[in-house]
Amino acid sequence: MDKDDYVIEMLHIRKEFPGIVANDDITLQLKRGEIHALLGENGAGKSTLMSVLFGLYTPEKGVIKKNGKEVKIKNPNDATDLGIGMVHQHFMLVDIFTVLDNIILGAEPNKFGFLTKADARKRVMELSEKYNLKVDPDAKIEDITVGMQQRVEILKMLYRDNEVLIFDEPTAVLTPQEIDELMKIMKELAAEGKSILFITHKLNEIKEVADRCSILRKGKYIGTVDVKDATKEELSSLMVGHSVSLKVAKEDAKPTKEILNIKNLCVRSKLHNKDAVHNVSFNVRAGEIVCIAGIDGNGQTELVGGLTGLENISGGQILLDGEDITKKSIRYKNTHGISHVPEDRHKHGLVLDYSLEDNMVLQRYYEPKFSKAGILKRNEIRSYSDRLAQQFDVRSGEGAKTIVRSMSGGNQQKAIVAREMDRDHKLLIAVQPTRGLDVGAIEYIHKAIVNERDQGSAILLVSLELDEVMNLSDRILVMYEGEIVGEVDPKTTTLQELGLYMSGAKRDAGKEA
Amino acid sequence: MILLIQYTLIFAAVLILVALGGMFSERSGIINLGLEGIMVFGGMAGAMVMVLLPSDASKATIIILTLIAASAAGMISSLFIAVACINFKADQTLIGTALNMLATAAATVIVKAFNTARSDGTDFSAKLDYVKGHKAFLLHIGELEISWFIILAVVLLVCAIVFFYKTKFALRLRACGEHPQAADSVGINVYAMRYAGVLLSGFFGGLGGIIYIAAANSTWHFDYGVAGAGFLALAVMIFGQWKPERIALSAVLFAVFRSLSNVNGGIDFLAKLHIPGTIYNMFPYIVSLIVLALTSKNSRAPKAEGIPYDKGAR
Repeated sequence: MDKDDYVIEMLHIRKEFPGIVANDDITLQLKRGEIHALLGENGAGKSTLMSVLFGLYTPEKGVIKKNGKEVKIKNPNDATDLGIGMVHQHFMLVDIFTVLDNIILGAEPNKFGFLTKADARKRVMELSEKYNLKVDPDAKIEDITVGMQQRVEILKMLYRDNEVLIFDEPTAVLTPQEIDELMKIMKELAAEGKSILFITHKLNEIKEVADRCSILRKGKYIGTVDVKDATKEELSSLMVGHSVSLKVAKEDAKPTKEILNIKNLCVRSKLHNKDAVHNVSFNVRAGEIVCIAGIDGNGQTELVGGLTGLENISGGQILLDGEDITKKSIRYKNTHGISHVPEDRHKHGLVLDYSLEDNMVLQRYYEPKFSKAGILKRNEIRSYSDRLAQQFDVRSGEGAKTIVRSMSGGNQQKAIVAREMDRDHKLLIAVQPTRGLDVGAIEYIHKAIVNERDQGSAILLVSLELDEVMNLSDRILVMYEGEIVGEVDPKTTTLQELGLYMSGAKRDAGKEA
Repeated sequence: MILLIQYTLIFAAVLILVALGGMFSERSGIINLGLEGIMVFGGMAGAMVMVLLPSDASKATIIILTLIAASAAGMISSLFIAVACINFKADQTLIGTALNMLATAAATVIVKAFNTARSDGTDFSAKLDYVKGHKAFLLHIGELEISWFIILAVVLLVCAIVFFYKTKFALRLRACGEHPQAADSVGINVYAMRYAGVLLSGFFGGLGGIIYIAAANSTWHFDYGVAGAGFLALAVMIFGQWKPERIALSAVLFAVFRSLSNVNGGIDFLAKLHIPGTIYNMFPYIVSLIVLALTSKNSRAPKAEGIPYDKGAR
């Protein structure tokens, strides 16, 4: 490889959004045929930088060079013409179209405007075979697995003869086995001469496939390193700016009495005629963290919905501390011992256009402490909110009066955690509590959850992040297609074993379909 | 019985065209509640052309110019929706409703002014007579008196089905109504596609308007608007699952009920039942209410419809 054979160079790129500089003087040079990782925390500006390269955003400053020549990329068409393709973090696929239609969309073979799909089909099948990307061209996107959807996205790029391939956090939605598969495909593509940009914040994956790695932090360029010369610890401290402990410190659980007991719970699906949650039974004891692991969309959302009352239960029984709460209202569940950190903090956690203090008393405004004869006691609410904000380190521009929408995601999440943990509860249900947060906030919330456990709460954690599952939980239940297919001990299991459960390849005895 | 078939064909033609218009708009991502108003404008323009044409104009001239005027007026009025909803990202439900309210009122005023000007101030009604124009569209096949309008509707339906399933343009249009970000990411201009969808709805809606007022009548009072036909077409579109061939079938079903209200007195066994005419008048609306209540649970609207597309949104 010629040392200066750069296929893409992005020099001194600056991109601003209102109130924030997403990219500040960033330089990225991609060699031909290499796999180049782009490492950074959430909000470090990786996706913005790639969107600039792909023509979705126009940078305020900086130049982009292709094969040494300066180019202007104003829209995705320009990027495609230059041979740049991208697999977006959220797949850009039309659900109700077939695989083939999605691949050709935007580059349709046609005669006088009429589609000529036969040629396209032949071409797609050839590519699919050559790169070992198995797809069914006539299946609809909504019916195929996430892994196959990703193969469709890769085929989209290959169909357009792209030579620069951008992967934006491609492994976030995959099982460990699918990740291995993807890594293999990426290596093959690079061997064929394609140049790959790989955005991630997972160090293992970088160590496994990448040749070089550029690091961004808070919109700034930190440096580029050869992956084989750097350790994981070095990479992570470059990413965060200080050394971090990758492990959550916690002692062994000392579970006591049973708090939550679910028997044969069923919740009907809104998407199809089958149960989204089918015959699920398990318990959670005080002083332990039980984690529901699984790939997104296997019934976790509906299970929590059924527990908290957001969705109707079609069968089964829920016991909280021995009391049957199956048919109780949401408010009853709230006031009798369930705290809930919801999956979608904007939809179910906060009223975004209310102030921080009003959000802090969302479930409690009517209590005598906060209101009298229907009139809110504003002073009480203010001081309560200030106390929580201080205790949980919730930072906001104007204190208790701040409109929650203007706060950062991490602080919004901390506000919810503060509110839910401060309420009287026996059970804390936390769904994806660290989604989209930076390492500092994640560390904080993990500590808070472990602390809760040590205070004697029962904790039900639902997470898609396997690292979080392995680090935080005392017991792991794996959910697949609406059923609990296995229970494992985080101390003795491996990611591979979890992956087998998550993909439905393995089931515990007595839990066979 | 022949009368029933004639009326059914006419109403089916109207509903098919207007529902196809709605379908193209919604498939591109814009909810078009303004179909009713578009029909009024299309009908008005067509009727005015028929009134204005000299009495010795040939049938073909009348047909072609009337259709051009109606479809053009439909497309121009649909631009109101396109500009407000696509450029200014206005609420699509409100804009459609606004267009409907505007249309009947504006048509009344315009037709009154039109009549006043042509009669030196003696006629200021909101009514247009176009006997010759109405006759120009008639076509006799044996005993059945049908209309060129119906031929037009059938031809456009076939074209729409082929267009919808077989062309590159329609594939892109549909992508914009489902997942505009995905369309954008492969270089499709979402704004342009949505303009195309709305303009198509104006074209079809305008034609539907002129058929509604001219296929079975030779005079029209514009202060009545089009009596909810645009909304019936929306019901047809939903019942037809936003697919052209199913829209055609459901349009025929609705048209049967609609025409019953016009001809129930002429059918022996129905006349013997002595059901008041008002009941028949309610039929199509009640049927659409029931049908929508029963089917809307399983119906699947284009996923991104109603959501303004913002390229810069993160």
